[in-house]
Amino acid sequence: MKILVSVKRVIDYNVKVRVKSDHTAVDLTNVKMSMNPFCEIAVEEAIRLKEKGVASEVVVVSVGSKSCQETLRTAMALGADRAIQVEAEDGLDSLSVAKLIAKVAQEEAADLVIMGKQAIDSDNNQTGQMVAALLDYPQATFASEVVIENGEAQVTREIDGGLQTLAITLPAVVTTDLRLNEPRFASLPNIMKAKKKPLDVKTPADLGVEVGSNVSIVSVTPPPQRAGGIKVGSVAELVDKLKNEAKVVS
Amino acid sequence: MSVLIIAEHDNKSLKPATLNTVTAATQIDAEVHMLVVGFECQTVVEQASQVAGVTKVLVADNAAYEHQLAENVSKLIVDVAEGYGHILAPATTTGKNTLPRVAALLNVAQLSDVIKVESADTFVRPIYAGNAIATVKTTDAVKVLTVRATGFDAAASSGGSAERQVLSQVINSERSRFVKEQLAETDRPELTAANVIISGGRGMGNGDNFKLLEGVADKLGAAIGASRAAVDAGFVPNDLQVGQTGKTVAPDLYIAVGISGAIQHLAGMKDSKVIVAINKDEDAPIFQVADYGLVADLFDAVPELEKSL
Repeated sequence: MKILVSVKRVIDYNVKVRVKSDHTAVDLTNVKMSMNPFCEIAVEEAIRLKEKGVASEVVVVSVGSKSCQETLRTAMALGADRAIQVEAEDGLDSLSVAKLIAKVAQEEAADLVIMGKQAIDSDNNQTGQMVAALLDYPQATFASEVVIENGEAQVTREIDGGLQTLAITLPAVVTTDLRLNEPRFASLPNIMKAKKKPLDVKTPADLGVEVGSNVSIVSVTPPPQRAGGIKVGSVAELVDKLKNEAKVVS
Repeated sequence: MSVLIIAEHDNKSLKPATLNTVTAATQIDAEVHMLVVGFECQTVVEQASQVAGVTKVLVADNAAYEHQLAENVSKLIVDVAEGYGHILAPATTTGKNTLPRVAALLNVAQLSDVIKVESADTFVRPIYAGNAIATVKTTDAVKVLTVRATGFDAAASSGGSAERQVLSQVINSERSRFVKEQLAETDRPELTAANVIISGGRGMGNGDNFKLLEGVADKLGAAIGASRAAVDAGFVPNDLQVGQTGKTVAPDLYIAVGISGAIQHLAGMKDSKVIVAINKDEDAPIFQVADYGLVADLFDAVPELEKSL
């Protein structure tokens, strides 16, 4: 079984986000970039399936400028076998990315596509579902457990109010939620080994996909700041404030 | 062009987030239709028809739709999409599961977590965990949006009298099958609909200690939430998580207990009307957003709070 995993290079989880002063975008100059946390979970899940003997090959794909090769090397250091960079401008819209990944999944004849449920920059939570729709594959989003058996994936999903389990026939798309696994760290020998693993570069034209979107950004602004309040000295004072000042407790 | 809303429900009742989505829809166009997809969902259809502002309810009631699998529902929506300028669903796990599929099938973009309608083609949505607010304009023929409930007031659940149209299409994918569901049994309000929320973080120490919060929650009729740190530590299930990767809430009162206030958590609760923080670390960032901060050991303060309410 072949698994395709998509990864996205995003602003590091711990970096404080700043909006550019001209309000056109978030400032990404000289900011630490990393693999999107949900993509790390996707890579980890694919590698575990390979270690269990369920998968035979893990291919990792990223759509973006040359800098995303670094993210692909990280995925290979973690255990992916080879990588494909689809050369495009960074920050392409979800539908274009989905079209490119769907085409790669088709060309690679991937049995399972594992993707993060959302990227922490655009917070869209849609690319995986779009890939599934474009390929007419079944999907299991927000996965917290994946079991592959008899050509099916039994996936437990994190839904509002609890958990849901679906059985989907492969080929299929799974998107990862936080509790699916805890990603490993790459070891130094594996980082060295990853430098020698194959990395192909393709263009949207190679894949026969036209990219572009009808959505334009009007402005990007900082969120309204919440004014800090006061410190109270005791529980009694707190209850008094809630009852008599904020009037949220009767 | 009218607006189509996908109703959020469990075959028994219409979920509150749908009402907030109706408000967003009425800001786009006066003609608002609601699609109820489910199985034996007659009560939901009744409730949907009474929502103020909804002019027509489309009903697809079939066993194939019992669990609202994205594969089936998305194709049904595309089937009825013609004539609609906008397709909206609440930004819940159900809406987020289905609507991107609809958008891809229609070859248009999908805008996630809309918090404000500027005009029929311009919308506001948070990005980077709410650390930036983007205003976006779309010229797609059909605009597909998920709507964040906390951004809009709820429409009145009565006063409407929508006409009904029964859909006969049955779409049943062979390749996706419902196996089971484990829903948390609780008498408490749902997190995203609660007026009061008390949340625990890593400072709770373990899952058992969350019982401390229950006493306060009982007195205030509150829902119980948690930070990602508490979920990651295995104290409580993920469906309690408030934050960038969990639920977004905006209750009248949010009480954060033993929560340091990472930006990912703040992203999910900073629109609450009144925020209370109880934490023994006086430098915890949660105090910067709290209206009332109490520097105290939660194991003393929470029981005392319960007693004084």
